[in-house]
Amino acid sequence: MKARARTLLFAAGAAGTGALFAAGALELPGFGGPSHPYGDRAVREALGTGTANVVSSVNFDQRAFDTIGEELILLASALGAVVLLRVVRSEEEDDGAAHRHGPAEVSDALRIVGYLLLPLTLMAGVYIVAHGARSPGGGFQGGVVLGTAVHLLYLAGDYPALRRLRPIPVFEAAEALAAGAFVALGLAAAGQVPALNAVVGAEVGCALVLLIGKFFERALLVREPPEPP
Amino acid sequence: MSHLPYLTAGWIMLVGVYGMVTSRDLVHAVVCLSVTQSGTYVLLLSIGYRSGATAPVFSDRPPGGRPVTDPVVQAMTLTDIVVGATVTALLLALAVQVAKRRGTLDPGGLRSLES
Amino acid sequence: MILQLTVAVPVLVAALLAAAGRWLPRLVVDASAVLAVAAVTALAAVTLARSPHGAQVTWLGGWGPGTGVGIPLVADPLAAALALLTALLTLAALMFSWRFFTEVQAIFHTLLLLFLAAMCGFVYTGDLFDAFVFFELMSVVAFALTGYRSEEPSTVHGALNFGIIASLGAYLTLAGIGLVYARTGELGLAAIGRQLPGHGDALVTAAFVLICTGYLVKAAAVPFHFWLADAHAVAPTPVCVLFSGVMVELGVYGIARTYWAAFDGLVPLRGVAVLGAAAALLGAVMCVLQSHIKRMLAYSTISHVGLLLAGVAARSPDALAGTAYSLAGHAGVKAALFLAAGALLNRHETVDEHDLRGRGRSMPVTGAVFLLGALGLAGLPPSGLWAGHAVTEHAAGHIGWWWFTPLAVASSALTAGAVLRVWYRVFRAGPAGDGPPDGGGRGHEDPETRRSLRSLPWTMVAPGAVLLAAGLLSGLIPGGPVATAAAAFADHGAYAGLVLDDSVPQLHAPPADPWTAPGLAGAAVSLLLAVVVAVHALRRPARRSRPDPARPLRRAAHATARRLHALHSGHIGDYAAWLTAGVAVLALLTTRP
Repeated sequence: MKARARTLLFAAGAAGTGALFAAGALELPGFGGPSHPYGDRAVREALGTGTANVVSSVNFDQRAFDTIGEELILLASALGAVVLLRVVRSEEEDDGAAHRHGPAEVSDALRIVGYLLLPLTLMAGVYIVAHGARSPGGGFQGGVVLGTAVHLLYLAGDYPALRRLRPIPVFEAAEALAAGAFVALGLAAAGQVPALNAVVGAEVGCALVLLIGKFFERALLVREPPEPP
Repeated sequence: MSHLPYLTAGWIMLVGVYGMVTSRDLVHAVVCLSVTQSGTYVLLLSIGYRSGATAPVFSDRPPGGRPVTDPVVQAMTLTDIVVGATVTALLLALAVQVAKRRGTLDPGGLRSLES
Repeated sequence: MILQLTVAVPVLVAALLAAAGRWLPRLVVDASAVLAVAAVTALAAVTLARSPHGAQVTWLGGWGPGTGVGIPLVADPLAAALALLTALLTLAALMFSWRFFTEVQAIFHTLLLLFLAAMCGFVYTGDLFDAFVFFELMSVVAFALTGYRSEEPSTVHGALNFGIIASLGAYLTLAGIGLVYARTGELGLAAIGRQLPGHGDALVTAAFVLICTGYLVKAAAVPFHFWLADAHAVAPTPVCVLFSGVMVELGVYGIARTYWAAFDGLVPLRGVAVLGAAAALLGAVMCVLQSHIKRMLAYSTISHVGLLLAGVAARSPDALAGTAYSLAGHAGVKAALFLAAGALLNRHETVDEHDLRGRGRSMPVTGAVFLLGALGLAGLPPSGLWAGHAVTEHAAGHIGWWWFTPLAVASSALTAGAVLRVWYRVFRAGPAGDGPPDGGGRGHEDPETRRSLRSLPWTMVAPGAVLLAAGLLSGLIPGGPVATAAAAFADHGAYAGLVLDDSVPQLHAPPADPWTAPGLAGAAVSLLLAVVVAVHALRRPARRSRPDPARPLRRAAHATARRLHALHSGHIGDYAAWLTAGVAVLALLTTRP
């Protein structure tokens, strides 16, 4: 289809879709209204079980099955990235890459800040995971902080250290085990909000490290095969 | 004006689709998909808002005081965000491979799959 | 407990395989995956056997209906049957891939197990948002599986198109779920059904259309269907079995479940019927125009699933019973055909019909599968497709849908004719004199195995044969239980009672009866027309030298075909534009006059 025809088709479709959505949205209860029956029930039940953070209670207790599905999505997409970004026959891993990508030329200030922030950020991540049942935060948020924290090493210019810190196979295994543990815990016993938070934190962190690691490998370590003469 | 947030959410979703329709780069198209998804965050959160309410966390105050916003839509949004991030990661991995194998990311420059 | 286990068993085994796969021998990986799927099959069979007598409902985590915050898993007979079908097809796919893949650790097995868990979770869940989550899980696993052979350019391209369009549809579904939530303050399907007002309004229409969009993308209704051919043509063969056999059909199931549990009587299903009928027709025409066998089978799936959509849109329990027959028959036959195509790909490194000309003569079993599969698609009694068409056509006639019978006959005949043509060309015709040299044809593809196997092992032949036999005999399933199950499915009071009050509906529907004169006549006509289509396609080149009175007609047909090919451009922007246009059409047709 020509670009113009495509845009026209979209314009027609968007007009219809927009009209449909707007007509529906105008019949919604007004913004900020007082009626939230499901929300009120969720608050009541969360307080009944003593989970102060109601969002955590919904995610890890009342509707834990949603979160199971979501953890599995994370597992599946991490595995998918492993498959999709793998090195195939026609390419080979560049052995010299570790040297070529050795400590890079970054300013001392960046390097020092990176090294200093690493332990602090890791600690913050653990705190956010551990207190997820009581205060804002939880396994997802903390897991993201943990998973991205280790990449401060990359920003500090030390890719070899990052590679040593996160052996991919170990993280792959840990991620899968955390997902399995979450399913087992979530279906076996309700009300394990702190434990589930911890498991989710581990899984999200590992999955992020794995995903980013695979992209790094693709970008930094794979050498194109020499062109056939 | 009390429906403006909902309409904004719909607008964001449509803008994302417009970006995908006119995109000349598959990475850009994937990001536009994320824009569309952001519209759903806005929709869910604005549905759960309650005037004058605070966050649904009771660690530092007794229940029964100020009203709280709807925790269920917040939990749904959290789930949605994780889903969106992972889907985006997977699609970007595919885009990387398309660029490697086809040598272009322009959807107009890709050969049709129809034989 | 049994419903949780249906989801948990494959997930736990998948997690263990993902964790330890790289250190386990291949045999252990294969065996544990097969055992897990066999366990799910047994669980689903037990659930199916129990469902007519006792309520198969589990509120997860003990958050029962009294609290109003939990998620139920619900297995009515049709849902349990669908879970059983999913497990059986997964078993076949695993058997087929036993010696099939060069494996990356154990990721293929892990993904298949997650796929099974996702589909079972989607079928059983009684909660709208939970359905979205498992729908997305199913999609994400499907993207990864589609792109599995990431060294092929068309593979990653097809997977990316699939990923973007399916995700876009899913986000629209989520927006619709948000609208329903804002109106009712509920996420459970049964609770929503009790909360929604007795008449539809703009909000209900918008919510239903948006929720349907995601499901219709999965079900490949026109114009949401573009991704399907792109993805099916490039996905590994065992995966195609699951895609065509049940994943696409789960889109139909999603619409049927959402409609009857929550929106019964509030919105018309005219839009679904129109888009489904369009898919039935366009899919059939595109099917005839293909020479890439997997792509041809993909279009045939679009066509048959379009008929399933129309069957659901008829909004009658009888038509639903017929649709259930069709679904079972189609799953068996199409899965067998894909496996046969996989066998061809394995032996000859191509699935292009012209490259393969005459080269299948040494593969009698695969040839027989193609022949019988074609007859099954045309509706040879007592196949499930025959029974389904007979029952649905009868029901459609009752509500004045005169167009349904000709549509079903045409789409059966065209899709079957295309497969019949392939059968003759590949397995009966002599090799072409000036054919391309071995493996050097335009359709060359890398094999899915490390090297072509010297002969096909029984693990690659048996699953296809069994599935084909099941598909060809599924019309013999007794009509009484099917009709009763469909009646319970299509009664939103019965569903709410089952979920919220634990009461098994006691409905008595007259048994579905496919053995009618019009049904048999329809099958005969379809079979005859299929042969005509195949013969016409095969004779065409021979006549080209003679003067041809129908030349302008033929030229017009060629121009149309070219335009149709051009429409399926593989351009993601086109697909997204068509998607919005589809939503608009659906909205127009669903808005009450």
